[in-house]
Amino acid sequence: MIFFRLFYEFFKVGLFSVGGGMATIPFLQDISERLHWFSTSELSDMIAVSESTPGPIGVNMATFAGYKTAFSIFHNQFAGVLGGIVATLGLIAPAVIVIMLVLKALKKFSDNKYVNGAMYGLRAVSMALISYAGLGVMKITLLNLDAFSKSGNIADLFVFKTLILAVIIFVLQKIFKKIHPIVFIVAAAVVGIVFNFA
Amino acid sequence: MKKVSLIELFLTFMKIGAFSFGGGYAMLPILSKELTEKKGWTSDRELTDYYAIGQCTPGVIAVNVSTFVGNKLRGFLGGIVATFGMIFIPTVLLLVIAIFLTKFADNAYVKDALAGIQACVCVLIVNAVIKMWKNSVVDKSTFCLFLVSLLLCVSTWFLPFSFSPVIIVIAGALAGILIKKAKSGGKKK
Repeated sequence: MIFFRLFYEFFKVGLFSVGGGMATIPFLQDISERLHWFSTSELSDMIAVSESTPGPIGVNMATFAGYKTAFSIFHNQFAGVLGGIVATLGLIAPAVIVIMLVLKALKKFSDNKYVNGAMYGLRAVSMALISYAGLGVMKITLLNLDAFSKSGNIADLFVFKTLILAVIIFVLQKIFKKIHPIVFIVAAAVVGIVFNFA
Repeated sequence: MKKVSLIELFLTFMKIGAFSFGGGYAMLPILSKELTEKKGWTSDRELTDYYAIGQCTPGVIAVNVSTFVGNKLRGFLGGIVATFGMIFIPTVLLLVIAIFLTKFADNAYVKDALAGIQACVCVLIVNAVIKMWKNSVVDKSTFCLFLVSLLLCVSTWFLPFSFSPVIIVIAGALAGILIKKAKSGGKKK
């Protein structure tokens, strides 16, 4: 039964992709090569859509891949939707189960010096990984490395539209601390459309 | 603290999920605003811990954090409800796109909007780091740990190969245990 297989394959993706949504991509590549549920060009479409819609990228990828797979087998949109839901549930199941277990363990060992030591180190590393993710977004959003390497002109290095918007948002956030980040996200989307950011 | 209803839990995480562009890390500022500042359901310190654990456990970080917060507020069922709330809008949206708009990501308006959103996400992540900094980087040892981890990550941009962040996370946990041990050992003498 394809739906059990979908659940199983995406359960494995969720179980082995440690450290965020982008970590799921190599596993999806593996599925594409091994099971031919979707092609590699479809996979790059999926990545593009998953990044341009809200929500965790890994979850979005699972929904999309599950739909594609079930649709390609049954040629039926209802089967596709069911496939998307089953794959999504498969992907999130390991995360939910593991966290429930970790919480139990933490309650038991919250005074343990090894647990405390590990958390002390993990917090700093976690901060580094978040900063790294931030730098990654900045690299693709605020800088134009292709144009710079071609011309060598410093003026080509920065994408001025996004840079100016980022600075404005940063300043506004410092002044108006009460404004919800969601407001800034929606406003930034509108500005992007009005001024043709892409 | 008043007992949180499961519906409120679902709706709050639904809102967070609907606006988290750019993955689990970009979600942090929204979580902090919504859960710490507005609802008082958790502290920024706890959020930092959830992220730290989410990095080294299997699965999508956003799901890990939702399960954590939900479970803390309403136990097992709360964890499930928060997680489903978080993924609800993204999953429905993705299914709609998969059925009707396979060329969604190529649309000019979508591309423009996304470029604007990404500029905003840069700022949100910077602010999240500034906010969480004092909970995580508490002394010289943790600052070194932060700097070395960040440099290792950034080095993958210039190297022909890449390594999994999992290695850095595990090394960080071990380093934490050793530093704590060395410090408490020093005090006894």
